[in-house]
Amino acid sequence: MNRHAISTRIWHWTNALCVIVLLMSGLNISNAHPWLYWGEWGFSPDRAWLAVPRFPGWATIPSHYSLAAARDWHIVFAWVFALSLLGFMVAALANGHAARDLFTRRREWRWSLFAQELRRYLRFDFAHGGGKYGAIQKLAYALTIFVLLPLMIASGMAISPGMDAAWPVLLDLFGGRQSARSIHFLAAFALLGFTIVHVVLVALTGPWGQLRAMIVGGPGNRDEAA
Amino acid sequence: MKRRNLLAGLAALGATGCSRIGDSTAFAGLVDAAQRLHRGAHRALGPGSGLAREFSPDDISPFFRGNGTIAIPSPDYRAQSATGFTGWRVAVGGLVERPFSLSLADLRALPQRTQITRHDCVEGWSAIGQWTGPQLGAILTRAGLEAKARYIVFRCADRLNGAPYYESCDLDDAFHPQTILAHRLNGAPLPERNGAPLRLRIERQLGYKHAKYLTAIEAVATIDGIEGGKGGYWEDRGYQWYAGI
Repeated sequence: MNRHAISTRIWHWTNALCVIVLLMSGLNISNAHPWLYWGEWGFSPDRAWLAVPRFPGWATIPSHYSLAAARDWHIVFAWVFALSLLGFMVAALANGHAARDLFTRRREWRWSLFAQELRRYLRFDFAHGGGKYGAIQKLAYALTIFVLLPLMIASGMAISPGMDAAWPVLLDLFGGRQSARSIHFLAAFALLGFTIVHVVLVALTGPWGQLRAMIVGGPGNRDEAA
Repeated sequence: MKRRNLLAGLAALGATGCSRIGDSTAFAGLVDAAQRLHRGAHRALGPGSGLAREFSPDDISPFFRGNGTIAIPSPDYRAQSATGFTGWRVAVGGLVERPFSLSLADLRALPQRTQITRHDCVEGWSAIGQWTGPQLGAILTRAGLEAKARYIVFRCADRLNGAPYYESCDLDDAFHPQTILAHRLNGAPLPERNGAPLRLRIERQLGYKHAKYLTAIEAVATIDGIEGGKGGYWEDRGYQWYAGI
């Protein structure tokens, strides 16, 4: 049996591409009006809770400021991102990946276990007994896949005036369009944070074997799965 | 090759790659498809007319920001403004059975709709205001659309960077109950920065669709051949025609 199912591998790389394109085009969009507000409205810096720094060309798509072109990238990849996530969720629930590797069990919810695992990580000891993901690791993956990524989609939908007319409940959910925009921005940076930690941990735990496993499937042992 | 050079090379390749892809006709086709998919989803997910949320008077923002053109220097417009726009007329024509034009007094005599809605700029900001005016649908019904009519084009008195401002929408939005020709904002005549004396409100779309300083409303079969051919001033400059996203 492969370490990663084919559905997991296809989604992983599709999602990686989507997250990169959406983040970088999103930073270009942020440059158009780099202030964030709470509530329904907000249009000038004096009402902003955050003045966002201007993102440089190397961090944006396209690399020059173009709100029109950045929005094109954003609206195309939003569909790929949302539909591939839905496909992966269905596959992961159907093939047991979610239940086996991503969802924590009740017996794993013990502070002593979390603390023990954290102490091992801080000693750069990433081997897990029995080839299973650790509780912290499961929690990080599950929260990212089942909370953070759907939050990106829902908050993005709440920014769209067409979607707000179709589903006004989105505005109640986020407490207004400008709140949704702020949450979209914060969740994007939480996702960037996850991605950085994820890549660093892969780099620390046999990166070539890890990459190979996420591309061609790899051997069945999960000892070093990051 | 040093790893740092390799990474710089990859980054450069990515940047050129993105702009190559971004400029290609295949990508433009993909953007159009995505745009149609968004519009289709918005229309399919919403109930019937799918009304944009209407707010209470307490929610009105203390100021309603103007964007794009905020003043028109032309002598014609200045003269109109000085006389309270009593001579202003908006022409209703194109593929209609009974073309006519309306003065502001005519527009005020029609049944009015007042709505407190949120205005979302493509840049990201929002403001809330109360708008009053007749429904576009009633005006189009009075003119009688020909069967060939597919889009409504809005002509404006302002020019941005030397080009005339204009906009267009489909019949679904034209006949949407909240699509009005607003002549009042927050209970007062429309300020110049917000499109005096008359602007379009098309509540399910972004700000650039809400054409200001309206002079004519035209039913057409296609937006090809009008100005840049993309259906609006900003659309001709790369922005999406469906601005509900």
